Amino acid sequence: MVKNKIKVLIAKPGLDGHDRGAKVIARGLKEAGMEVVYTGLRQTPAQIVRGAIQEDVDVIGLSILSGAHEHLFPEIIELLQKEGVDNLLVIAGGIIPEEDHEKLHDIGIAGIFTPGTPIREIVDFIEKNV
Amino acid sequence: MERYFKGIKEGNEKTIAEAITLVENDREQGFKLLKKIFSETEISYIIGITGPPGSGKSTLTGEMVKDWLRTGVKTGIIAVDPTSQFSGGALLGDRIRMSDKVTDKNVFIRSMATRGELGGLNSSVFDTALILSAAGYERIVIETVGVGQNEIDIVNLADTTLVITTPDAGDEIQTFKAGLMETGDIFVVNKADRPDVIKMELMIKQMLEMAYGTETEWTPPVLTTVANRSQGIEELLQKIEEHTGYLKTGRRFYQKRKKVLEKQLINLMERILRENYIGRVLESGLMEEKIREIAARKLDPYTAAENLIKERGV
Ligand SMILES: Nc1nc2c(ncn2[C@@H]2O[C@H](COP(=O)(O)OP(=O)(O)O)[C@@H](O)[C@H]2O)c(=O)[nH]1
Ligand SMILES: [Mg+2]
Repeated sequence: MVKNKIKVLIAKPGLDGHDRGAKVIARGLKEAGMEVVYTGLRQTPAQIVRGAIQEDVDVIGLSILSGAHEHLFPEIIELLQKEGVDNLLVIAGGIIPEEDHEKLHDIGIAGIFTPGTPIREIVDFIEKNV
Repeated sequence: MERYFKGIKEGNEKTIAEAITLVENDREQGFKLLKKIFSETEISYIIGITGPPGSGKSTLTGEMVKDWLRTGVKTGIIAVDPTSQFSGGALLGDRIRMSDKVTDKNVFIRSMATRGELGGLNSSVFDTALILSAAGYERIVIETVGVGQNEIDIVNLADTTLVITTPDAGDEIQTFKAGLMETGDIFVVNKADRPDVIKMELMIKQMLEMAYGTETEWTPPVLTTVANRSQGIEELLQKIEEHTGYLKTGRRFYQKRKKVLEKQLINLMERILRENYIGRVLESGLMEEKIREIAARKLDPYTAAENLIKERGV
């Protein structure tokens, strides 16, 4: 039988208009053999969660620069819970201050990767944790 | 199995999505579900959309779907992108052009990678269309990047096939397979805001004439659109309706569907053979030894292939 591929949704919540970082991650994960659904800029939590459900992904990767993680991430996690999605790994990348990491871990963001993290590290984390 | 079936019938998005994953990955369980669904499902009208990367297929799909949704037509979209031969991974980027427009509860978008030969892609696309049909999606769009035979095969599942080009895609059009000219029911020159639109229109018309001659019951129209500015969409939708009407006259629709089912049957047999025979040989680790023997000329590949299949199959 075909080995199940890891499927990842990369989303960019928030209003800032740069997605270079998100694209680099998406390409990196693809090169590591994953199937990566890239959804583009300015995604609302509802769009992200619905996308993750329809695509039945194993991982959601959230990329953020705008500092809006404080309210957007909890909103996404809550929506996932409300929709009964509980077997999914949520990771985040971008500019997220060190002091917020613990709080985000607590609500269910499994991994947080700051800019410049080697792609290999993210790949390893995903492979170990899905 | 009951759980999947019930969820699909109820239109539960999460269950529908999980069922698609199941049929993509697990043949045994997937077949069980599909057998049950097939007997109770009329496959919805399928529109195929293909063309070079970046020609605007996803944007156009978003525009068409927006219009159907306005009139309450439940629509499913299956967007297929190629798997990288090097890594086995895939970048599925079609939602970018759709998700901002298409937030309607009546649309279901699923991205799929072509996967390798061992993945049985064509059958999975059909299976997904079947599941979406069972879930009540009345119309289904399949988007593929029109470059190879694999993609033409997928598009052949469709009832109405749109082939998308752009004014500057001259070289790509020249390399379009004759097969693609013949499967296209409607041709669209998108990005008509760019120069050389008329040149491209003419070129396609000439190629169509070469492919069809003059005696044809349906002459594929050549339309122009500017998808990202919603121009030309109405005409496109109109032509799709016309083609649907044409197909539904006489026994054409029945004949077309019969061809699709024939293809699907072949795909499924190939998938079973690959998984049960070739797949098992690959997993067995026997290949390495045989290859060494062949390289050392102690064995020929013809005998080796026959024996491997005989020994390993089920
Ligand atoms: N100038 C112009 N750009 C377009 C048009 N339609 C789509 N695009 C842009 O072309 C790019 C590729 O579009 P996309 O729908 O993703 O193409 P696909 O790869 O064929 O699905 C995007 O940046 C679109 O905004 C058009 O009619 N004119
Ligand atoms: Mg596309």
